[in-house]
Amino acid sequence: MQSLQEMIEGIKAGEEKHIARAISLIENDRDKGFALLKELYGSAEISYLVGITGPPGSGKSTLTDKIVLHWRKQGLKVAIIAIDPTSQFSGGALLGDRIRMDNVAADKGVFIRSMGTRGTLGGLNPAIYDTVLLLSYAGYDYILIETVGVGQNEVDIVDLADTTLVVTVPEAGDDIQTFKAGLMEVGDIFVLNKSDRPSVIKMELTLEQMVRLTHKEGEKWTIPIVKTTATENKGIAELVEKINDHKEYLQNDGQLKENRHEVMRRQLINLMEERVLAKIIKPIENSEHFSEKLKAIRDLSEDPYTAAEELLKNRLPE
Amino acid sequence: MAKEKIKVLIAKPGLDGHDRGAKVIARGLIEAGMEVVYTGLRNTPEDIVRAAIQEDVDVIGMSILSGAHNHLFKSVMELLKKENFEDVLVIAGGIIPEEDHEYLTELGIDGIFTPGTPIQKIVDFIEERAK
Repeated sequence: MQSLQEMIEGIKAGEEKHIARAISLIENDRDKGFALLKELYGSAEISYLVGITGPPGSGKSTLTDKIVLHWRKQGLKVAIIAIDPTSQFSGGALLGDRIRMDNVAADKGVFIRSMGTRGTLGGLNPAIYDTVLLLSYAGYDYILIETVGVGQNEVDIVDLADTTLVVTVPEAGDDIQTFKAGLMEVGDIFVLNKSDRPSVIKMELTLEQMVRLTHKEGEKWTIPIVKTTATENKGIAELVEKINDHKEYLQNDGQLKENRHEVMRRQLINLMEERVLAKIIKPIENSEHFSEKLKAIRDLSEDPYTAAEELLKNRLPE
Repeated sequence: MAKEKIKVLIAKPGLDGHDRGAKVIARGLIEAGMEVVYTGLRNTPEDIVRAAIQEDVDVIGMSILSGAHNHLFKSVMELLKKENFEDVLVIAGGIIPEEDHEYLTELGIDGIFTPGTPIQKIVDFIEERAK
């Protein structure tokens, strides 16, 4: 095992093996990961973060591949964090996004890492934001987070991003209502992929209407709708242009700083919650006392409200 | 803290398109609580080794049904050595005749699982040997 200093040098030099190992520490051995991030914190600006989300099969990975290819032609270094859901039942996960990224997988200027959502107690995998920081210090100009947009975890992940692309397809027209409340609200740019399909006009209209309906008075950014056919590389240049426009808008407006400040605030709260969970709640959960209380609640001799108070007695201020 | 999560790369080196076995193994490992990175068909040894490094996997599982196993596994093992990424468990599956097992073991393949192997046997092997 390398020393901390060796790893830090390696990360700053952009050596993949060190970067990859550091992400594993961040995921699995949090305290060691924190030790690294403490040393690295502030050593570089946080990279521009693009989130890409949408329903399964909408072409997110293929789009990612093509967007990254475009950036690479401009000489930018890119890291991709590809997130797939962790099974609630087994804790396992199929991380299959690399399959569609074969154009960039062999490129030395691109680093791809797959991660499971691994949500503990319904929260989002806290390692993801730490990984974003690490990749920033490793010198990647852009970081792209790809995630399936199906639940709150995914929306939270995308919330970290500076620019969020919501990908949809012409066939999604009928269930547009269902993802209106969740997914569509987080988008800065709508991508209508597979736009070579006949029903594209109807879907485009639906999206346009929605953008008009949700646009608030005085808001300077109007969500653009970009039609793409990722498999044929169509619309990609325009999409990248829109990402740049949004970036410029955020920067000029002071929004970028403000958004990132908010992300930091949430991150700080998450880190505190994580510590409280690990140092206070977990030990209680593993104690005899907890099992007794649980049994008492089951036998109806005690209520869970009193039990929670008593379990935390002397651990929390009154 | 639960036991550390085992991360596995399942890859198909070479040109054969028979990935049902690889998918069944992937499914079995996920059900055993592992994270499986599946890289799909027609990977080069270079693709596989780079993916293994970037993903920092504990296990590389490769499936070949084309008969090119001796050649392709040798390349993978050489690249792993060259990249100094040898603390990884390497297992192989597919149509691999008995007479080649000794050669592959000498190359550094840790386990060979041919058709008919119960998935639990592979899960146990990985859980015992990985990390």
